[in-house]
Amino acid sequence: MNAHAREFNEAARQQTADLGQRDWIQKALAGYYAKRDEFKNRFSNWQGARDTAAAVKWEAVNHLDRYLDEFASRLEARGAKVFWAPGAQEARDYIVGVARQHKVRAIIKSKSMTAEEIHLNDALEQAGFEVVESDLGEYIVQLRQEPPYHLVFPAMHLRRQQISDLFHDRLGSERTNNPEDLTMIARRVMRRKYCEADMGISGANFAIAETGMISITENEGNARLTTSLPKVHVAIVGIEKVLPRLSDLALFLPMLATAGAGQPITCYNTLYGGPRQPGEPDGPGEFHVVLLDNRRTELLADAEQRDALHCIRCGACLNVCPIFKNVGGHSYGTTYQGPIGSVITPHLRGLQDWKHLSQASSLCGACTETCPVKINLHHHLLHNRRNAIHARPARLEKLVQTGFVFMMRRPRLYEWGARVGRILQPLQRLVRGTILDPLRAWTKTRSFPPLAEKSFRELWRERKKP
Amino acid sequence: MTNREIILGRIREALKITAPHPAFHDGPVTAPPLPASPQKWLPPVGGTLEEQIELFRRNAEDLKAGFRECTNVNEAGQYVKTLALAGGWKKIGLHSGDWTDPVARELGLPEVRTDGGYAVNDLESCDAGLTECEALVAQTGSVLVSAPGAGGRALSVLPPHHVVLARRSQMVPDLTAALQRVQEKFKDKFPSFLSFISGPSRTGDIERILVLGAHGPKKLTILLLP
Amino acid sequence: MDQFYPQTGMNIVRVLERLGHSVDYPEAQTCCGQPAFNSGYWDEARAVAERQMTVFHDAEIVVIASGSCGAMLKVFYPELFQGHPRESEARALAAKTFEFSDFLVNRLGVLDVGARFSGRATFHDGCHGLRELGLKNPPRQLLQHVRGLELVEMQEAETCCGFGGTFAVKFPMISTAMGEVKCVSIAETGADYVISNDSSCLMQIRGVLDRQGKSVRTLHLAEVLAQT
Repeated sequence: MNAHAREFNEAARQQTADLGQRDWIQKALAGYYAKRDEFKNRFSNWQGARDTAAAVKWEAVNHLDRYLDEFASRLEARGAKVFWAPGAQEARDYIVGVARQHKVRAIIKSKSMTAEEIHLNDALEQAGFEVVESDLGEYIVQLRQEPPYHLVFPAMHLRRQQISDLFHDRLGSERTNNPEDLTMIARRVMRRKYCEADMGISGANFAIAETGMISITENEGNARLTTSLPKVHVAIVGIEKVLPRLSDLALFLPMLATAGAGQPITCYNTLYGGPRQPGEPDGPGEFHVVLLDNRRTELLADAEQRDALHCIRCGACLNVCPIFKNVGGHSYGTTYQGPIGSVITPHLRGLQDWKHLSQASSLCGACTETCPVKINLHHHLLHNRRNAIHARPARLEKLVQTGFVFMMRRPRLYEWGARVGRILQPLQRLVRGTILDPLRAWTKTRSFPPLAEKSFRELWRERKKP
Repeated sequence: MTNREIILGRIREALKITAPHPAFHDGPVTAPPLPASPQKWLPPVGGTLEEQIELFRRNAEDLKAGFRECTNVNEAGQYVKTLALAGGWKKIGLHSGDWTDPVARELGLPEVRTDGGYAVNDLESCDAGLTECEALVAQTGSVLVSAPGAGGRALSVLPPHHVVLARRSQMVPDLTAALQRVQEKFKDKFPSFLSFISGPSRTGDIERILVLGAHGPKKLTILLLP
Repeated sequence: MDQFYPQTGMNIVRVLERLGHSVDYPEAQTCCGQPAFNSGYWDEARAVAERQMTVFHDAEIVVIASGSCGAMLKVFYPELFQGHPRESEARALAAKTFEFSDFLVNRLGVLDVGARFSGRATFHDGCHGLRELGLKNPPRQLLQHVRGLELVEMQEAETCCGFGGTFAVKFPMISTAMGEVKCVSIAETGADYVISNDSSCLMQIRGVLDRQGKSVRTLHLAEVLAQT
């Protein structure tokens, strides 16, 4: 077992033992389920919308070269600078370079999982720049020096008292248990930051090829302020974010809001097509778009799992995943948590190091059922398992599986095996739950059924006797 | 080789094998054409303008935005004046426009105009931002603003109360129609900024409890003029 | 089913015979191969699957007691044999294979099997039956026609019980936590019985209920439908 798998197991063991946290996450998601269903039902046909969304993303991803080229060319025509980053290092170096070139003093950032993926903040801080996360949830986890707990709800694991204490300790604010007061404390801090910052960094939810624009979805207005006031705007965009046409947003914006947050539409859906244009009163003088590959093309090359690039990072699969709900977002040790993270992390960071996430699933399929772009998530977990074994079989498990095949291809042997099991069963009972129990992984927490006195095939034979 | 060529090369190499289309389980096929409008899947919208205004009103209410129909600009000015009194406004931000100018005259408050550029701290200290818009979307209760049509990027998000002055002819049924409208209007001279605003700024980041006015306006009022 | 829950099999036979069908049980059958398939050992799974394909080659209809094994034959055999010389055979077997409730309701059009069973029960959707095979309604329709049975829905009916095959022993802490969530939801209904069409889910649920000291009984759908 590798270090990542050991860390996952240890974190999962701790989290699953924390019954308070289990209830907390269940409760936090209950409101989401109700709202999601309410707004899904307002669609004339949600399933039809999913089919169409999947088809649009299929079109975009399977003609990615054409659409990316179009997207970049149109942006450049309006004065934006497009940087193509083959890997995380190139992206970080470029963005640090932009900051240095403009001698920026303060950087304000809106939520971006792609920036998390390349550890952009660390790179900027190491280069001597202050970066402040402006999304409230991201700001809270930044102050706590921990990664986001959830793609969309970064601070969902925290109680208001913890946030109050955090603000008191770090910002010197009065303690309060009122979420509105806590929000206003952050608002006041952030207002100063927006006005002072000379560089704004954002992500993007969609990249529109037809018109050369990025689209950013948010509720708070922090991304709008981040991209309005500073003199430089850098947007970091995964290459898979492309949509072919502007009109595709008419489908994707309501679907993202409904699936991701249980809202009919998110508060701000904003399109950025360049730096400040002639005749416009404000906006950054420079607009940089960093297009990030970082092994997305390796996932693209896997035709079987290519649809994982359809992902719009709505987080719906996390919200329904019983694994996520029991182990929580931090146990994964990845940028992208939950089912989508378990599917794509092996591609982005190495199959052998991250295959345990594909194994840590009951394959219940709730993720696939809810995904608004119909990614075949739980079957891809099976594909990752198969690919991992194919590349490097585990010796002991391979032996067990070979034995299993040998027995299951020989009905007589299988029947004898079962009889031996019945004979040995009383012995197992003596050591049940102890270290000697071969079924310990099961029996430590659960009762195990006895083998029946007579198997079905024995009953069947008796019944057939004249 | 440039980075652009490297990445596009990787993509072309990867795409030599076609992935199965989601609509068909048994292998690759020619993809069916994409629909021009996704409207048939989305929430229904009435056909007449009156129905659309009614739907917009309901959606705005759900989003906790104010909505009011005004018979003329004087009535709008009077109404904004009541908002100003209630909110204790001392200074407003605005851009010059057919509707914003007469309404601002009615208010008679100190102004920050964004048209030719502005100092950020001046705008930040305004109590309200007065703008026009490109379209109102009945289906979602959204206001579509653009940089040239709404005084830039910040005016509609920095002051704590955003007041929108719209015309009835700007009401459109859905997002498709709104996007089509800006595409027809700007053609290849797209502004650098377009935003669909759906209610006042909000967050649920603390215990999933809704709080208005996270970073942007705490209040949004939409006035519909003839 | 063969080793742990033989009565489930006998009850399926009883119901089918009561409806006038003749049932055969080819004794050469063993396991569908899902444990190997789910663990990533597809070559091994294929070797086991080939055996079952031969055994069931001449059967007119194959009825399966568990949604999970049903999904293996109906959904995963075709994938496992994609591009393989026996692909068409795998597809043919998939087409004639039915999970028990699927067979009764969708193939035979029977909703009322003439069963009588008194008590208050809640139904657990096995994930494979629910999502791979799309069988949300058939088991409920059958139960609604059982005289004397009161069916109540639990909040977490569609939530996985945490079994998941080898997952249950590879990640016992997560599996057990999931089982506990499930069993809390079962207990909240106040039902005397939890019924499912998947024996492996029932094994997990039983295992957790016992440790929680709850007296709710676990029953396979066939055990209820066989009662008259």
